[in-house]
Amino acid sequence: MEKFVTHTGTALPLRRSNVDTDQIIPAVYLKRVTKNGFEDGLFAAWRNDPDFVLNQPQYRAATVLVAGADFGTGSSREHAVWALQNYGFKAVISSRFADIFRGNSLKGGLLTVILPQEKVEKIWELIEADPTTAITVDLEAKNVRLGSEIFPFELDDYTRWRLIEGLDDIGLTLKNIDAVSAYESSRPSYKPKTLPARS
Amino acid sequence: MSKTLAEKIWADHIVRSAEGEPDLLYIDLHLIHEVTSAQAFDGLRLAGRTVRRTDLTIATEDHNTPTLNINLPIADPVSKLQVDTLRQNAAEFGVRIHSLGDAEQGIVHVVGPQLGITQPGMTIVCGDSHTSTHGAFGALAFGIGTSEVEHVLATQTLPLVRPKTMAINVDGVLPEGVTSKDVILAIIAKIGTGGGQGFVIEYRGSTIRALSMEGRMTICNMSIEAGARAGLIAPDETTFKYVKSKPHAPEGADWDAAVAYWKTLQSDADAKFDTEIFLKAEELAPFVTWGTNPGQGLPLSASVPNPADIADVEERGAAERALTYMGLEAGLPLKSISVDTIFLGSCTNGRIEDLRAAAEILKGKKKADSVRMLVVPGSARVRLQAEQEGLDQIFIDFGAEWRNAGCSMCLGMNPDQLAVGERSASTSNRNFEGRQGKGGRTHLVSPLVAAATAIRGTLSSPADL
Ligand code: SF4
Repeated sequence: MEKFVTHTGTALPLRRSNVDTDQIIPAVYLKRVTKNGFEDGLFAAWRNDPDFVLNQPQYRAATVLVAGADFGTGSSREHAVWALQNYGFKAVISSRFADIFRGNSLKGGLLTVILPQEKVEKIWELIEADPTTAITVDLEAKNVRLGSEIFPFELDDYTRWRLIEGLDDIGLTLKNIDAVSAYESSRPSYKPKTLPARS
Repeated sequence: MSKTLAEKIWADHIVRSAEGEPDLLYIDLHLIHEVTSAQAFDGLRLAGRTVRRTDLTIATEDHNTPTLNINLPIADPVSKLQVDTLRQNAAEFGVRIHSLGDAEQGIVHVVGPQLGITQPGMTIVCGDSHTSTHGAFGALAFGIGTSEVEHVLATQTLPLVRPKTMAINVDGVLPEGVTSKDVILAIIAKIGTGGGQGFVIEYRGSTIRALSMEGRMTICNMSIEAGARAGLIAPDETTFKYVKSKPHAPEGADWDAAVAYWKTLQSDADAKFDTEIFLKAEELAPFVTWGTNPGQGLPLSASVPNPADIADVEERGAAERALTYMGLEAGLPLKSISVDTIFLGSCTNGRIEDLRAAAEILKGKKKADSVRMLVVPGSARVRLQAEQEGLDQIFIDFGAEWRNAGCSMCLGMNPDQLAVGERSASTSNRNFEGRQGKGGRTHLVSPLVAAATAIRGTLSSPADL
């Protein structure tokens, strides 16, 4: 996993709330067996509309998505995270994220930043006034900076450490595999097994 | 210290806990399907890892399998690639798989309970958000992403942050024609699609206790539509009886030990929930959604709401967009809305009791000429059972299409889709824009409302017949 320490780029204002993962990437785009190439499906239905913000040339190079509340609701598809990353987004800012989406994004190195709705609105105003405004998402300092504004955000220390170090969860767990074996040796015998198959 | 049910199951599965880190939780059952697993197996292969517990893992094909001509190769090349990839991965890593044509093939959340590998007190995960369905057995069951699928395959554990707990109490007797689907739609309309965020919901109260296992599964299934991590119901005699009759139920002394443990799986009388919500069964009615998220629902007797009456700016905007997408005018009685397609199926309402309930209403009747109806059993076993009971003939005589098992039009990844502008009454769980096909318009309903609607052609409940 790529390390995330600090990122500076430009931002894209997505003035919609309740953006579900079916909108982020519709089901018909899920039919791949690799983790790349999903950028074509990103917001596919909305991109048919030439006025949709992703189609506006001034936002084409944006790497930070600033969305309305309840971003990433619905299906657990991790493809939503890959689609955003494949397209070039490094961070998403919203006042509220759906749990599974947030879990997926933080595992995959897409930083999801929670800011109060009024700060989100403020960022929207600033980037709409000048789409070239540089925005910095600083995980070390736990803040978002653009122009003269600094918005602090929270993230638990463990996740922050993992992202900054670019550490893979499986590797971390395998370090404690003895604890897993110990747990397994005390599991009750009545717990069901899928093998051998009974029917 | 007194604990809620969710906290008890959590505590019983902690492999390791350390200050400032997520708990490492043991996973009792890992369910797999073709859409969210390919990248996980690929990750294992790249890292030279194996599946730690093939005996706690099971795969089935459901999301994009065809429901017609299942004896022929899958026509869509990409769907075929995903299914073939799953089969290869299962063979390579030694995972049990139920493929198209097998009696146990079907929607992953229907298959687990019917095999009896879904039992009380377990931790169950799957790369699918509706894993919450299994919570009906008093299990802690939740959807995970593909990276987590890989994590569970490799280690049979997951690092997780403990969720908060919410109690939803439903008491009283449901009026005639009101089902568990209506209960959960009413709950979501009340607390909103974000209302359960960060919580595990425990459904409690006399109404819930009176439900069958399948009715309970419908409720827990849609917990995710309220934003919750999971939903569960404490196990009781109804649960034990259901599990007992299934192939993988514990036997002999194991059965007694299991039941003794399961009986402890209740929230303690003085356990504290972070939030509590109360509903009265008597006040509930058949429910239908009018918008594009599952929280945008109303009793069937109501009219399409006027966005101007909604105080919250965000919600008002969402309602305006929803009405435009759905092609509906404010003030229109919901019962006057005509639909083109009826979809009876999905992991919410594709089990045998759902098919029985719908067939009971359709028996001896003809469908409205203007509609098509798809009946898609949740699993091949449900299909067989329905055929034994003669339900297939009732559906066919009515004019419906009797299909093979799978997710089908719930998400339209296979050929079963709505056309642009087409409107459905669907027993599934999501009415998002384009969910059932690009430009398709979905009204979520119970199997009873779906059946009555198929007869009349407009959104209806059995009482309207
Ligand atoms: S039936 Fe629908 S909701 Fe259920 S697992 Fe399949 S696609 Fe998901």
